[in-house]
Amino acid sequence: MSILVQTDACVGAGQCALVAPDVFDQDDNGIVLLLEPDPQGADLAAATRAVRLCPARAIALSTT
Amino acid sequence: MSAPARVVIVGASIGGLTVAESLRDEGFDGEITLLGDEPHLPYTRPPLSKQILAGEWQPDQAAIRTAAELDELGIRVLTGRRATGLDVGARTLHTGDGPIDFDELVIATGTEPRRHPALAEASTLRTMDDALRLRERMEAARRVAVIGSGILGSEIASAARKRDAEVLLVGRSGALGFGGVGTLLSEELVRLHEAHGVELSLRAELVAARPAGTSTAPDATELGFADGTTRTVDLVVTMIGGTPCTDWLASSTLELADGIACDRLGIAAPGISAVGDVAAWFDPITGRHRRVEHQSNAIEQAIAVAGRLAHGAEGAQPVPLFWSEIHGTRIHAYGWFDPERPLAELPKSAELPNTAESVGTVFGSHDGAGELRGVVGWNAPPRDFRTARAAVVTSAHPLVAHS
Repeated sequence: MSILVQTDACVGAGQCALVAPDVFDQDDNGIVLLLEPDPQGADLAAATRAVRLCPARAIALSTT
Repeated sequence: MSAPARVVIVGASIGGLTVAESLRDEGFDGEITLLGDEPHLPYTRPPLSKQILAGEWQPDQAAIRTAAELDELGIRVLTGRRATGLDVGARTLHTGDGPIDFDELVIATGTEPRRHPALAEASTLRTMDDALRLRERMEAARRVAVIGSGILGSEIASAARKRDAEVLLVGRSGALGFGGVGTLLSEELVRLHEAHGVELSLRAELVAARPAGTSTAPDATELGFADGTTRTVDLVVTMIGGTPCTDWLASSTLELADGIACDRLGIAAPGISAVGDVAAWFDPITGRHRRVEHQSNAIEQAIAVAGRLAHGAEGAQPVPLFWSEIHGTRIHAYGWFDPERPLAELPKSAELPNTAESVGTVFGSHDGAGELRGVVGWNAPPRDFRTARAAVVTSAHPLVAHS
C-alpha cells in the first residue's frame, strides 16, 4: 500500500492531518503534504480513514 | 446482527459512493448496487462552482472512480437510472427500468436547485452538465447577475470576476450567508466582494425578467426589481437554495418534511437509511431533525451508515465542516454557530507567533455557557485552524436553537 496525493484537488480542509498526523501535514496554504508515503500498522489504518474523509478526494491508497 | 446480503444505494454522488466504498472498507462482501440518474460515473460537486466553472479543470478531473476501480471493488454502478418509487414493506425499489429488491436501501438522492418564480429558465448549478453549460455561457457573458446570497452565489460571483465580467450579486435579506455559519460572516464577505469589484444589491426583490437581446448582445435579459429599477445583463444565474429530491417517495410510507426524517443513526424505516443533503437526521444537540447540505456531512454520514450496515457499529454524530474559496480567500468552518451570537476573533496559536503567515484570522462561536461550539478560519494558517477546531466542544448539551 502506498499513498498518493493530488495537490491541485486539495481544499485544505485538514481532515487528513487531523486523523493521521504522522502521515499527512499541511503547508502554509493548507495544501496536503505527504510525510509518510508507505505507512504501516496504525498509521495505515489512520491514513485509510483520512482517504475516506477527504472532502476533495485529493488523497488515495494505491495497491501498486 | 447479521450483515445484509444485498445493499442498494440510490444516488451516485459523494454520499452514495462513500457508503459503497466504506462497506468494502468494513469487509462487507455482499452485493452492492449504486444507482445514479446522471449519465456520469461518480464525481465530486464542490469543484463545479470553482475549478470547472473557472475553466481550470476538465470534467475528468472531478471524477472520483474509474469503471475499472468500481468493478474491482465489486460495486455495480447503474448510471442514467432514476428511482421512481419505493415499497417499504416489500423492500423493493422501483426504477425507470424495473424493480430492484434489497435487504438494505440507502437513499442519497441529494437536492435539486430551487427555481426562482420570475426566472424559471435561468441558469443554475447542481450537476456536471449544468456546470459545463454555465461555463460556456459565462465565456460569452460580459455582464453577469447572480441571484442568491449563499456560499454558491458568492462562489459563482467569484468565478465570473475571474473571467473579468461585470458582476452583480443580488440578495433579498440584506446579508450574505455562509452555510451553517449563517450571516455571521456577512460583513467580511461584503468587504471581500467589494474589494474584488462585485456590485452588491442585497435588499433587492426580483420581480420580472424579459429577453432583451440585441445584435451585439443576443442573450441579454432585462431584470426588473420591486423598487422599479431595471438592469440588463448577458447571463443570469440563480442559486437560491435546494429542494430535497424526494418526489419519487411521495407515495411511500417514509416520513417526509424537509427531506427524509431519520433517527440519530440515519434510519428512516426498517431496512432503509438516508445520507447527505436529502437526509434530515435527528440531531440530539438541538433535539430536532435537520438537513446539512455540506460535502463532509454526506461523507461522515455515509461512513457511519456503512459501519452500521456491515457490523452494527454506531458511529459518532458528524460535526459540520465546510469550506469555500471566494476571490482567492480560503474560508473553513467547523462546528455549530448560534445566529444570535456574534463571532469573536480567537488569539493566534502560541506555535505560530507573528510570522509572515499569520495574516489570517480564526473566529470562534461560543454558546451561552461560554463553551467554544464553532470556529471559522479566514485565510487562517492551517495549524491555527486545526488547533482551534480541536478545542471545539462537540458533546451534546442543549444549545439554544433559534432557527
